[in-house]
Formats: sequence, structure tokens, C-alpha cells
Amino acid sequence: MAAVAHEVPHGLEHATATGLDNRKLAIWTFIGSECLFFAALISNYLVNKGRSLVGPFPHEPWTSPSGEHFKPILEIPLVTLGTALLLFSSLFVVLALSGAQRGSRKALVGWLAATIACGVFFVGMQVYEFTHFVREGLTLKTNLFGASFFVLTGFHGTHVTIGVIWLVTLWILAARGKIPPSKSLNLEMAALYWHFVDVVWIVIFPVVYLIK
Amino acid sequence: MATRVQPQAPPPVSHGEKTGLWSWITTVDHKRIGILYGTTAFIFFLLGGIEALLIRIQLGSPENTFLSPERYNELFTMHGTTMIFLAIMPLSAMFFNFMIPLQIGARDVAFPRLNAFSYWVFLAGGLFLNSSWLFGLAPDTGWFGYANLTSTQYSPGLNVDFWMIGLQVLGIASLAAAVNFFVTIVNLRAPGMKLMRMPMFVWMSFITQVLLLLAFPVITVALFLLMFDRFFGTHFFVPSGGGDPILWQHLFWIFGHPEVYILILPAFGIISEVLPVFSRKPLFGYAAMVFSGVFIAFLGFGVWAHHMFATGMGPIADAFFALSTMLIAIPTGVKIFNWMGTMWGGSLQFRTPMYFAIGFIAMFIMGGLSGVMHASPPADLQQTDTYFVVAHFHYVLFGGSIFGITAGAYYWWPKMFGRMLNESLGKLHFWLMLIGFNLTFFPMHFVGLNGMPRRTYTYPKGLGFETLNQIETAGSFLLAVAFLVFLVNVFQAWRKPRNAPADPWNGATLEWSIPSPPQEFNFAEIPVVHGRDALWDMKRERRGPLPEPARVSGRGIHMPNPSYWPVVAAIGVLSVLLSLMFLSHFGPLGVVVAAGVLFLGVFKWAFEPAG
Amino acid sequence: MDAHVTTAPRHEHAHPTAMLYAKVGLVLFVLTALEVGLYEITYGEHVGSMASAIKPFFVPMLLLLSAAKFALVGMFYMHLKQDSKLFTGIFVFPLIIATIIIVSLMVLMAYHMAFARSG
Repeated sequence: MAAVAHEVPHGLEHATATGLDNRKLAIWTFIGSECLFFAALISNYLVNKGRSLVGPFPHEPWTSPSGEHFKPILEIPLVTLGTALLLFSSLFVVLALSGAQRGSRKALVGWLAATIACGVFFVGMQVYEFTHFVREGLTLKTNLFGASFFVLTGFHGTHVTIGVIWLVTLWILAARGKIPPSKSLNLEMAALYWHFVDVVWIVIFPVVYLIK
Repeated sequence: MATRVQPQAPPPVSHGEKTGLWSWITTVDHKRIGILYGTTAFIFFLLGGIEALLIRIQLGSPENTFLSPERYNELFTMHGTTMIFLAIMPLSAMFFNFMIPLQIGARDVAFPRLNAFSYWVFLAGGLFLNSSWLFGLAPDTGWFGYANLTSTQYSPGLNVDFWMIGLQVLGIASLAAAVNFFVTIVNLRAPGMKLMRMPMFVWMSFITQVLLLLAFPVITVALFLLMFDRFFGTHFFVPSGGGDPILWQHLFWIFGHPEVYILILPAFGIISEVLPVFSRKPLFGYAAMVFSGVFIAFLGFGVWAHHMFATGMGPIADAFFALSTMLIAIPTGVKIFNWMGTMWGGSLQFRTPMYFAIGFIAMFIMGGLSGVMHASPPADLQQTDTYFVVAHFHYVLFGGSIFGITAGAYYWWPKMFGRMLNESLGKLHFWLMLIGFNLTFFPMHFVGLNGMPRRTYTYPKGLGFETLNQIETAGSFLLAVAFLVFLVNVFQAWRKPRNAPADPWNGATLEWSIPSPPQEFNFAEIPVVHGRDALWDMKRERRGPLPEPARVSGRGIHMPNPSYWPVVAAIGVLSVLLSLMFLSHFGPLGVVVAAGVLFLGVFKWAFEPAG
Repeated sequence: MDAHVTTAPRHEHAHPTAMLYAKVGLVLFVLTALEVGLYEITYGEHVGSMASAIKPFFVPMLLLLSAAKFALVGMFYMHLKQDSKLFTGIFVFPLIIATIIIVSLMVLMAYHMAFARSG
């Protein structure tokens, strides 16, 4: 009876039953689970859509009982810009990964910086949007739209922020030459997470901003 | 190429196995983590049992004043929450941890430190939840926390916050473990162990991990929405702000129904291991068992509103969920027939694990029957909120999960601890448990249908509930005696020398091919598998039993280093949620500090050499 | 551009080039522009005569555009097209459950709010 000895490795791949890396499998499994997390948040948003008792409203103007006038509160142009940048950031991170896998430190560091810049801009846009809304009279407590909007986009924004921190960590490592091709899986995992966060926004953007 | 290892005289302690508290705190060994889970879970199980006994004392006579209504509410809430999240799930996790790597021929799980993290987060959550007792603020709104009783308007105290934060913490533990075991089962199987050659316990556990991954995020969101309502003034479940309490019920049960399959599938897997070994016959209908398990899991996401038949969803929704619920009885029935088919014509060995396995089948059938009765909405309108439902779920969760887990305990005890549990005490345990269990829960079918409501601290005289409640209370104390017998058994076994054979039962699966208890690296040489019931297969090839495996030095086998960063990260997780709970005390700075601890733990973990 | 150096034990098919990635990026941008454009002509400041004709199809068309973007990012940026089908399964199965949950909740809560709730 033939037997094969497997030794637990020092950080690199070893033979697995599927031939796929454990960590790549793990990040996909995590992403699958996160689909349900955002599904529940999106469900909550959709169920509460149009159910707010008072304004301000996303797409309609509103006059409060005390006579205060509110414009529709969503600002599509700014968010469209953020959406486009997030999409491009997915392109940039893929180019960074390609650079890492080829061993091109310049491409890796450069494209990763571009990715991070887009991510930071997106978070910045959201912070601006949130503070603007609060100034305009929409808070978590104001109505169901405020509650659902801030919770849904807030959790998404938190995910983006965690992604940015992850990418910045990798960027620092990359700049120091610590991401050779053999370690590109570390970036691939972060990239997959980043794409997922982008894909969630691809759903949130029309649902929240474009559908009345 | 095989690693040549030299057999030596058995050392008193396995090579590399350290002793002492610090070695347990920093362990990343799946076997030790399994024992940590099991010990902790068993203590919580006893705690939940005491909570049950207190409930039964109160209900033993009508208009009793042993417990105040408030205390009663806390007790049934904590009993349910403890038994589900702190007993059954982590007891199953004990077996996932100890047995899955052994059964698939691996040296450990895919992510040993993540494994340790899961345990420490579970411990943190369980301790946090139960710390509420010390403040006299135990959760008191049911294990299901229906809105808007849980709103700050109707539950202004910290009770609900303990429950909310505690469950959130526990959810993180479960999710981390689920990712780990999913990857382990997919990727770390020994050469030749195709999916359809895996032991049935591994299959059922695999399906359980998928359910965990898909169901827990939903309750995570529900708990966050409740958190925002309670801490930040949103109105998700508050009608005056436009919210709807029914949304909570939907979100909770979308999690809650898959959760009950999470509770029972591991027991199904254990029974599917025990019955073949003690019938000396392979599991009947392996493929049907796999597919019925998969079908149950998938369909389990389509039945949740059968918990809401009394909420007025309308005839179409009622009919849909009634049909899906009745449908899910079919794959369950398939399993029961296959278990019986396994025993049919087998050479039955009536040892303690087999007693509990057969008891499981009988009790689970009874629980399943009352379950199918609930599936009819008009019938359920009579049954819901009565003791009839309490009878149902105790038959499936105690008669099912606990009997199954107990079967697993007796079956795998020699492998885990190197000692055999005493047969006579085991059988005494069984009979006391079977009789005590049925005395406690069978009468509940009758008092329930006669109108005794759930979750109510007392009942008036003269409604005809007295006698049966007395019997139920007596039965519960008999159950307590049964567990005392088990403790005696465990204690007497612990005092014996650690010399159980590797394969006391003539097992079919790989865990029985290595010493009891296994050495740190599990297998001296990773086995190559050629069929189902890999070990029976190997014995067939040899035309006889395998020799008692020697303890070897394990030189040249590199195992991961121990680490304390998972503990730090676990503390970070609890701290972050606590800082939100006490935002008014510690302010945003508290959140920042807590997040800092979490990030420190995670970063140090990430950059630590895996070893 | 260059051949892809893989570190996985399994060998993968011919890897997408940077040019392909850029093209996908362009398509994503165009699809987003279409989404916003569709909104503008139906409900926005540039509402035209076609608005009322489009309205019944607005949501389905928007969802289709989003689905296309979703699929493109998944297949090309997340490499699902080239990678093992196991990853596609791990992604798609939860998405199916997610869709069931979203649709069910919308239907159930809509009925509830229309008929069952008082006021």
C-alpha cells in the first residue's frame, strides 16, 4: 500500500485535493457568505423604500408640516463620478496584480497606488455625501430612508475602507519589494475582495440612486 | 515518496505535545481546540440544564411563586439561547474539530490559527452573554428576540443588549469556523478520497458549514438593524417611525430555519457513522444520504415562514410555505429509512453508542411527526405558542441532536481521550436519559393541545395541567440524574491509564487507524484511499485487522507553531462590540481603542510566520 | 501583453491581456453612462418625450445593465472565466439564495403592508 508523505509547508503552496490554493478558496468562500450579508441589507432597503413617514426623500421634494422646503436629497452626478472611479479601480487592481505576477514592481506599485487613490476618493465622496445629508436634515433617525440609506451605504463604505487599509498594507510591502511573483496570491486575495466590494456597489448604485 | 519514520517505545506524552495552561491558550492543534470546545460547551450545557430545572420547578405546580415572571422570562430566554448557541453548536464543533481532519486523512485544518480564533471568540461570546446574570440583567425577550418587545421603549435595560452583542460575537466565531472547515473538507482530503468516498459525518458537516455561511450573515444584519434601533435611534422595527416588527421575524427566521438544520445535520452524520460500525454493515444508500442532505439544506432556505403562520401572511404565502415544509419531510424520511436499512440484516452490536443511535432514530421520528403536523397552517394556529411546539422541538433537538451527540461522545471518547467509557454506566445513562426525556417532553404534546401556552411563568389551577406538569418536572430531574451518571463515567474513565486501543469498535474510517489519542501530527504517513469506508477497505485488502499503530517520533513532519495572536484578535472582536454597547460611557475613543486591539491582533497574526 | 506567471499548482488557460482588461473597463464605463443616461431621460432633468414610453421598462433595463456589469467584473476581473468552475459555483450559489431572499421579502412585506397592517 503506497503512502505519500505530505509536509505542512513554509508559506507556499502544497498539494491540495483540488489543486487550488487554500487561501484563494477561503477568500471566495468568504465572498459567497458576504453576498448574503449585502442581500439582507439590500432587502431591508427595498422593503422600506417609499415607506418613510416624513421627508427628506431621495427623489422627491418635500415640504415639512412646519413649512420647511427640502429638495430631493440624492446628488446623482457626484455619486456617478465615484461609481466610475470605483469601476476603474477594479481595472487598476487587476493591472497591479498582473504586474505582480510578472515580477514588474513598477507596474505593481503604480497601479496599486491608482487603485488606492480611487478607493480613497470613493470613501471621501461618501463622507462628503453623509455630512451633506446630515446638514440638509437627513439623519439615521429622521425617517426610514435615512436609516436604510446610511446603514446600507455605510456598511458598504466600511467594507471599502477595510479594503483600502488592506491595499495600503500591500502597497507598502510591494514598495519594499516584498511581493515577488511567488507571493502574488496575497494581492490576488485583496483584489478579489476589492472586486466584490465594487460588484456590491454595482447593485447598490441603481437600486438606491436610479430607481425611484 | 514516503517519509521514513522509526517506531519507538511509546513515550508518556506524544512528541511535541506540551502541557500547561499556556500551551492550551496558544494551541492551534485541531484536537486540542476540539477538546476546548467540548469542555466549554458541556459546562454551558449543564448551565442550560440548570436553567431548565428552575423552569420545571416553577411549572411543577399551578400559580407557583418560586420564580417571578421577570426571572422566568430570563430563564427561558437564556435556556434556549444557551442550549442552541453555547451547547449544541459548540458540541458539534468539538466533533468537527477533532474528527474532520482525521476522517479525511489530514494533519490539521486549513487555517489552524483561524481555528483557535473561532474558539476564543466563542468563549468570549458565551462568557459575555452569561455575565448578564451577574448584573441581574439577563436577556428576557426569548431566544428569538421578537421586535418590538426588544425596542428601547419596551426593553430599556441592558438585557437585550447583552443578547444582541453576545449573538453577534458568537456569529463571528461560527462564520470563521465555517470558512475553515469548508476549505478543509474541499482541499485537504487525502489522495484518493473523492467527495463520494468521504465519511458521512464529513458530508453532513460540510453541508452544515455551507448553511452556516449562508444563514449567519442574515442574522448578523438583523442584529445590526436592532443595534441601530437601540443605540442610534433608527426605526427599522419601530412602528411609530414607519418600521415594521414583522421584518424582524422574517430576517430572524430566514436565519432561524437553516439554523435548525445546522443543529441536526451533524447528529445525522454521527448516527450515520455509528450505525454501520455497530451493524457491521456499510451505510445503506450512501448516495441518497448525500443528496437528501444537500436537498434539505437547499430547501431549508425556502420554509422559514412556517414559523410565522399566525402572523397573517395571507393564504398564498401560507400555502407556499406549508407545501415547502411538507416537502422537506421527504428527504428526512429517506434518511430514516436508510438508517433502518443499514441495520437490517446487520450483525448488531449493542454497545452504548448503538443504544443512543437507535434512541436517536426513535425520538427524532417522533419529533419529525409533530413537525409535519405544524406544517399545516390551520392546525398550526391551534398548536403555535403552546407546549405542543415545545414538545416538537425538544424531541428533535434533545431526542435528535443531544442523543446523537451523546452517541458520538461514547463512540469517539476512546479516540479523543485514550480511555474507554464504562459500558454499564453508559447503558444506565441511556435508560435514565430515555425515560427521563420522554417523561419530561411527551406529556407536553397533550398539555399543549389542551391549551397550555408557552413562555408563560405560571398557569391557573383547575385547567387540568397540574398532573402532567408534575410528571414533566419529575422527568426533568431524572434527566439530571442521567447526566450525573455520565459525569461519574467520565470521572472514572479519566482516572484510568490512557491505554485504549486504536480501533476498539472495528471502525470503518481513518481515525481508527492511528493511536488513541492521536499524536500531534495525526498520521505518520498520509494514507491513500481507494474507496468508501477506507479503513474497512484496508482491512479487507489485508484480510484481517490492522496491527496496533505504534507511536512514532514524527521527526521531519512540520506542524504549525502555536500563537497567541488569535486570542488577542478575539479580545479585539468583543471589545469593538462592547465599545458600541457602552458608547455613552467611553465615547468614540472607546471604539477606536477597541478597533486598535483588533487590528493589532489581526496584523501581528498576518505577519507572523506560519511555521 | 506578457504571459501570465501562475503560482497555482494547476495550469490555467491563456491569461487575459492588459488590453482586454482595459476594454472591459471601457465597456463598464459605457454601461454606467447608459444607466445614468437612461435615468436622466426618464426621470431626470433631461426628461424627454420618450419618458412615459420607457417608464415600464426602466427597472428591467436598469437591472439588465447592472447584471451585465456584474458579470463582466466577475468573469474578467475576478477571473471566473479562466479559473476553476468551483469558484464560480461558490459565488453563484449564494447569489441564487440571495436573489430568492430579496424577492421573497419584497413580495411578503408588500402584501403585509398592503393588506395585513392596519393603517
